[in-house]
Amino acid sequence: MHTATVDHGAHSAHGHDDHAHHESSWLETYVFCQDHKTIAKQFLITGMFWGVVGGLLSVLFRLQLGWPNETFPVLETFLGKWAEGGKISNEFYLSLVTMHGTILVFFVLTGGLSGTFSNLLIPYQIGARDMASGFMNMLSYWFFFTASVIMFASFFVQTGAASGGWTAYPPLNGMRLEAVNKGSMLGFDLWALSMTLFVVSSLLGSLNYVATIMNLRTKGMNMLRLPLTIWAFLFTAVLGILSFPALLAGVSLLEFDRLLGTSFYLNQIVINGNLLDYKGGSPVLFQHLFWFLGHPEVYIIILPAMGIVSEVLSTHARKPIFGYRAMVVSMMAIVIISFLVWAHHMFVTGLNPNLAAVFVLFTLLIAVPSAIKVFNWIGTIWKGSIRLTTPMLFAIGFVSMFISGGLTGLMLGNSSIDIQLHDTYFVVAHFHIVMGVAGFFGMFAGVYHWFPRMYGRYMNETLGYIHFYITLIGGYAIFFPMHFMTGLPRRYYSFSNFDTFSSFDSLVVFISVAAIIVFLAQILFIVNFFYSIFKGRKLEGEYNNPWGGNTLEWTAPVARLHGNWPGDIPAVHRWPYDYSVNGREFTPQTTPLAPGEEEHK
Amino acid sequence: MAATLEHGHHAQPSEQELWAGGRSPFKTSYGKVMMWYFLISDTFTFASFLIAYSALRFTQSEAWPKAAEVFKSIPIHGLDHYNLPLVFVSFMTFLLIVSSYTMVRAVQEGYRMNKSGVIKFLIPTLVCGVLFLGCQYLEWTHLIHDGMTATTASEATKVVNFGQLFFIITGFHGLHVFGGVVLLTWLTVATWNGTFEKRGHYEMVEKIGLYWHFVDLVWVYVFLSFYLL
Repeated sequence: MHTATVDHGAHSAHGHDDHAHHESSWLETYVFCQDHKTIAKQFLITGMFWGVVGGLLSVLFRLQLGWPNETFPVLETFLGKWAEGGKISNEFYLSLVTMHGTILVFFVLTGGLSGTFSNLLIPYQIGARDMASGFMNMLSYWFFFTASVIMFASFFVQTGAASGGWTAYPPLNGMRLEAVNKGSMLGFDLWALSMTLFVVSSLLGSLNYVATIMNLRTKGMNMLRLPLTIWAFLFTAVLGILSFPALLAGVSLLEFDRLLGTSFYLNQIVINGNLLDYKGGSPVLFQHLFWFLGHPEVYIIILPAMGIVSEVLSTHARKPIFGYRAMVVSMMAIVIISFLVWAHHMFVTGLNPNLAAVFVLFTLLIAVPSAIKVFNWIGTIWKGSIRLTTPMLFAIGFVSMFISGGLTGLMLGNSSIDIQLHDTYFVVAHFHIVMGVAGFFGMFAGVYHWFPRMYGRYMNETLGYIHFYITLIGGYAIFFPMHFMTGLPRRYYSFSNFDTFSSFDSLVVFISVAAIIVFLAQILFIVNFFYSIFKGRKLEGEYNNPWGGNTLEWTAPVARLHGNWPGDIPAVHRWPYDYSVNGREFTPQTTPLAPGEEEHK
Repeated sequence: MAATLEHGHHAQPSEQELWAGGRSPFKTSYGKVMMWYFLISDTFTFASFLIAYSALRFTQSEAWPKAAEVFKSIPIHGLDHYNLPLVFVSFMTFLLIVSSYTMVRAVQEGYRMNKSGVIKFLIPTLVCGVLFLGCQYLEWTHLIHDGMTATTASEATKVVNFGQLFFIITGFHGLHVFGGVVLLTWLTVATWNGTFEKRGHYEMVEKIGLYWHFVDLVWVYVFLSFYLL
């Protein structure tokens, strides 16, 4: 293998090699660790914990929705007064949907997905010994961890966890008043504190990702030789850096309203016939600030999944990625347009229809780069030598979900249709398919694909297949019927008082059953994951290239090693997608061009 | 594009070389890249606050207070009955501008590896920062004394949102100045101890300098919003 010495300037100044000789304590190795591989695992396992919690919450509210007149005494055993007599209370129901949203969006699909794979793959795939600042990277995880602890603790306060929706809109969350909702008491303060720490964690992580990708690439790794995963992580980090500040500002003002009694978001509120002393604020202002984060946030979730899927599809179809540059440009377009569409969440706030037209235009425009990406994924596996491994299945499932959910996005993007469908199960169907299930599929594809890189063993394929098929079919079974529940309002505790909605009763039960089955199927994944860490089939040989991948992470030895490569960092001579070209099944990026060979442009 | 950032005597590198890994694209260390991105992020935080300011100001049903009436005198005992609108805040702005100049000189002395020069210019920067915070303390206590707090309006302001926005936004800026003062103190001590001489470069002075200039620049917008418009 051809290698070259690469001096990373700033890195050598910090004496990175000194670490190798320094004996690390247990605390430094596993807890306050600055190594990107360990931090990635910390993010992954925390994310998995949150995945289980978030999923469990959805099982609880699906029980309530599916069988609103039944009681489940076992619930009282675990939940106490939140489920007196075995029936989930309406206050707890609202906490369940609020926390389900918060946990899945931020703690699983942002922290768990981007945190895990950005940390694991950026240094490996660009050819760096570690992140630019290992210390900041460690801080990023521990801020995330602290945010997690605080968010989890909010379940245990007397007035319960936040219950005004994951979007935290005032006035529902704008006052500390039990008369408004119980979750608006201490539960929401903890929510806000946790989210503030989460923003700090995201910022520390994102700054590191950008600086690392910009500055620490190995010799020969120019920007157009970067794997699409790295492009995706770069754009995700930029989105995070630019959008989370709006949430930070928005939530701080909200807390000032709640704790100091200012009225940034409140104006002449009447509670129980009493006019409260708030004047001049605007609740719509919060929605603008929130969705300036909130919309880019969905791309923060989906871009890493897109990057992972691009990599997995190309590797397992043994074909070069179709339209590499178009993939990069379309991601760039998504990043830019994603900042210009936020008010499509606010069509029913009394937004000026002329202004709405602008947001409709940009919203529909974002379908163009998305469609280009879908076309290219299909183009990539078209006539490929497809290996239906578990990661490949999940990657294909991702594309399927992304198409299904994307189509309803086109419908909802039109303000005239959106006004009819706003806050109904149609919206729930749309975003769960396009970013919830799809985001999870991207994450699963990534875990199954890079598990050998992380632990030197394979995950069990049979369990993986079962996991995939139940999740795919179950995912559609849960969310596809919701498209037909267009009149049914979301977040309602029970529909039994409305005769109109009784036509949906059997469908609601069907969805609840499917949701419980899908949740149980995820246990297979967790069992598979932890079993395989210790007992999975071992990789053969000293090097670690189970799928025949071209990217640099597969040139590093199996053994856990601070600094990733024992000798010099390998130099790069070609783009990462030379699969099945020049008579070779795969050609790693470290292979120099043969005489007369032209690099892919 | 990036070539213009280089120091003249280098031959102009091809684009291929610039972006080819193993070296940073803008000849900038990762620390500076991080600082720049942090400042962009912070810009968005301040922008969000200032957008909240304009949103509330322009949806207000009552007349927005006039700056010359709210900030009509110098908030120092004995001087506060003279009608000298905006004089005090002009002095505060002057302090920040002077501190930006001395910061530039400190960075320059850093390039020259001149330890005593760096210290000579860091100290006035630090002093200006501390004085600014002191002025902010005087102004805040004076306004609160007048009856303008985070929840109430004074006679001059009438609109309760003015005070709220004023305290939150200038408070957030003041927090940044305070952070800058802490960093500058550490920087001065570290320079004194020869930390950067041992390291062989004074890049830390430059990085903290970037932050300090940013805080000054943001003040221009805060100043504009509350005192001029």
